[in-house]
Amino acid sequence: MVSLIIEVSKYLLILLAAIYTMQSYVAFRKRGEAQEFLFLRQNVLMFAIHFVAFMVLYLQMEESQLLYFYGAQVIYLAATLVLFRNLYPRASKLIINNMCMLSSISFIMLTRLSLDQSIKQFKILAAATVIALFVPVIIRKMHILKKLTWAYVVLGIGMLGVVLVLAQTTGGAKLSISLGGFSFQPSEFVKIIFVFAVAGLLTAAKDFKHVVIATAVAAVHVLILVVSTDLGSALIFFVTYLIMLYVSTRKLWYLGAGAGAGSVAAVAAYFLFGHVKTRVAVWRDPFASYEGGGYQIAQSLFAIGAGGWFGTGLFQGSPESIPIVEQDFMFAAVTEELGGIFSLCLILICMSCFIMIVNIAMRLTDEYYRLVALGLGCMYAVQVFLTIGGAMKFIPMTGVTLPLVSYGGSSVVSTMVMFAIIQGLYILREDEEDRFEEDQEGYYDGYYEDGYYQDYPPEGYEDEYYGGPYDPYKRQ
Amino acid sequence: MTPTKGSDDDRAPLPRENRNRELVRVAYIFICMFFMLVGYLVYFNVIKADEINTNSYNTKQDTKEDMIIRGSILSSDGEILAGTNVDSEGNETRLYPYSNIFAHVVGYASNGRAGVESTSNYDLLTSHASILEQVQNEAQNIKVRGDSVVLTLDTRMQQAAYNALGSYRGAVVVMEPSTGRILAMVSKPDFDPNTLSEDWDTLISDESSSALLNRAAQGLYPPGSTFKILTTLAYLREHPQDYQNYSYNCTGSISKEDVTITCYGGSVHGLVGLQEAFYHSCNGAFANIGMELDNGKFISMCEDFLFNTSLPVDMESSQSRFMLDKNASFGEEMMTAIGQGDTLVSPLHMAMITSTVANGGNMMRPYFIDHIETYDGKLVKQSKPSSYKQLMSAEEAEIITGYMVDTVNEGTATSLSGQGYTAAGKTGSAEYEIDGENEGTHSWFVGFSNVSNPDIVVSVIAENGGSGSSAALPIAKALFDTYYSYNY
Repeated sequence: MVSLIIEVSKYLLILLAAIYTMQSYVAFRKRGEAQEFLFLRQNVLMFAIHFVAFMVLYLQMEESQLLYFYGAQVIYLAATLVLFRNLYPRASKLIINNMCMLSSISFIMLTRLSLDQSIKQFKILAAATVIALFVPVIIRKMHILKKLTWAYVVLGIGMLGVVLVLAQTTGGAKLSISLGGFSFQPSEFVKIIFVFAVAGLLTAAKDFKHVVIATAVAAVHVLILVVSTDLGSALIFFVTYLIMLYVSTRKLWYLGAGAGAGSVAAVAAYFLFGHVKTRVAVWRDPFASYEGGGYQIAQSLFAIGAGGWFGTGLFQGSPESIPIVEQDFMFAAVTEELGGIFSLCLILICMSCFIMIVNIAMRLTDEYYRLVALGLGCMYAVQVFLTIGGAMKFIPMTGVTLPLVSYGGSSVVSTMVMFAIIQGLYILREDEEDRFEEDQEGYYDGYYEDGYYQDYPPEGYEDEYYGGPYDPYKRQ
Repeated sequence: MTPTKGSDDDRAPLPRENRNRELVRVAYIFICMFFMLVGYLVYFNVIKADEINTNSYNTKQDTKEDMIIRGSILSSDGEILAGTNVDSEGNETRLYPYSNIFAHVVGYASNGRAGVESTSNYDLLTSHASILEQVQNEAQNIKVRGDSVVLTLDTRMQQAAYNALGSYRGAVVVMEPSTGRILAMVSKPDFDPNTLSEDWDTLISDESSSALLNRAAQGLYPPGSTFKILTTLAYLREHPQDYQNYSYNCTGSISKEDVTITCYGGSVHGLVGLQEAFYHSCNGAFANIGMELDNGKFISMCEDFLFNTSLPVDMESSQSRFMLDKNASFGEEMMTAIGQGDTLVSPLHMAMITSTVANGGNMMRPYFIDHIETYDGKLVKQSKPSSYKQLMSAEEAEIITGYMVDTVNEGTATSLSGQGYTAAGKTGSAEYEIDGENEGTHSWFVGFSNVSNPDIVVSVIAENGGSGSSAALPIAKALFDTYYSYNY
């Protein structure tokens, strides 16, 4: 009987996840009440997935502790949804929903892998959420944050410097610092600081000299990370900087030149650093060095292969055979037990988050905040690409986490803060719109309530947005 | 580089329509990257998953042994080659009713895995029996039976090949040239998979016989005169119009620089054309041809024929080797042309080359799994013949076939003539040496029957069996005889 429930629940989970994912995209097209209703439906789907998965987990683990844990998670998810919705009625509900959805996938998989770790992660996530609840207010009220550019530069490089020293003394094995019983990974927080620093430098950049200075600052960050063997983070910082530079300067050739320089640097790094060479060799043929570095990626591939489209079902696979699965290979674990289709949904949910972030960036008029939103979005997208691509051996493994899904306190806190900052920027924009409306009385015709701005037509939207009948600028 | 004054100006007053142009581009770049992930996951599941699931390091499937009884391996004529017996107490024993006869192809599932037991491990431990039945079984705590793997091998042909090879070490491969189906594959010395665990220490410590090695696919031998098929093809390609004008006066040996090549058994063939040189297997003439051939073209032709690359077959196989430098000495050229030199080939590979000739120049991918079915016989997955490549033209194949027919009618393989079937073939006597001393001669034969519409290709090597006609040829004849005793 138990196995029948597991078998049926497998397909049910996939079905629910597929509907949820579809709704994440339909949301861009819907407006007003229809959209509100859709977001509520997404919440129902999320709770359904969460319930079904935990029922299966309970049937197999048979631990009463799990019931309390499940209850705590439901309270957490409900509270997060209700609090964000009520404290910030103008925040992007799609991002909040996706945030909670990714967290619940994390709860399910981490609990399956290790109950202890899952509980630990849950506590950190809850704390991070409390912090995140204040972030939008801070963004909204503290305009001084825009003026601290060089402080960010110093802080960021300083924190990475500490990691470098640590990495040097432990031979690259340790990229985290222990402080008062908590161990944290500075590079996760420097990500956010870096985006603010670069946004400040580029907004102020009036000529080529300033661009050179900004590039030099970014290069220092990237180099420190490469030398500390944190290749994944180095790549994330590099790509993010390049994209921010391009959007800020509007010069396409910067993007080309940067990509070219990056390729040259990558080749140079390959010959200069043994650890880069090893990563590439393992990527090309993990089975050649199976006993050595190839073991981890080989196990990841076996897991994804064993999962197939529909997965083995929770506890029916063996994702624990992948070393440090809960940090770097959550994608493989999800694919093995929940199935390839579920994983496709996971990729698409991440993409939906990214599109929404860019959507927000597009609607900001302040150059600085636009760059911040875009930078954070890039950080997120590149990281998702690296970890999922690495787990499938599509690209060499770089050992970064899948935001919100993977185990890791620093990662989860920084991701929550990141999403909260984006929400803050979103709300900031709505404030601007309000002021604009007050000044320009008579122009407001309720297109906010219509949810016009929730819209994200995937093609030709430049025309639609600015040339369409609701163009706010044209109305002036 | 001095920045122009206007460099920052093209940023601020951009028309509103273009305000988000860069953001849109960036969005599309990343959306593309996300879709690459989606695409790769689909590609992985559709194309790569099989290879990953059957990887020999992959132990994922082993956990299923608690829920599934390992499926059977069957011959094409429905005999059980490997099956699992479950006694009343639920103890499982893997049995191989044909013991040594199918040892290398079927392989083993204890002490590691080999053969079909290894490559089809995933299928054997997967059940496509109905969900309902699986649920019923589970309710009663009965394990489900895994799917059966049905091979293309035929017990009668395999038995005949096993008997014919007798006490020789060596290998036999029988395949259908038009499909690539393997009907028999024998390697000796062999082992009994039923008692593998008990015999394991002896088997792995006896390095001289290496009984666990599947010589048919993994054994590498000098091809000897069987290689003249390819040398002839190379000559045909360089002389498409006037190959028939080739002539050579064989005096029993040919010397160039410090290398002397003699014809087998001291024969003197006199004046020969390409055709006579082929069916008499005249070493002098072929050594002479070897010196004339363009080495670069010869190398690339042999590489087209899968030398120095892996064979397109789903079993462990060794790469055949063809080494010839563009500036090789005359001695090396002569040796290579007659199949000595540094060339090494597996019996399966020779069978594939011969099949290419028999199949009008089209090489088929060899395969030995016909289909997968559920334990109660419902089809799950059917293999289909697939062409590897058209490697020679129909005309070239026809000319070489003609020479191989002559070999049977007038040359070194006359014992195959005058049978109830027509045959074409090529013998080989491959001298091999260890530590520079002449050790002995491997006996080779490759050929096919029913020349107008070839039925089967046979590739035989008998280690240290002497000339091709003395040991390998009678083995091949026994196989043709067996085949037609059942198929007429």
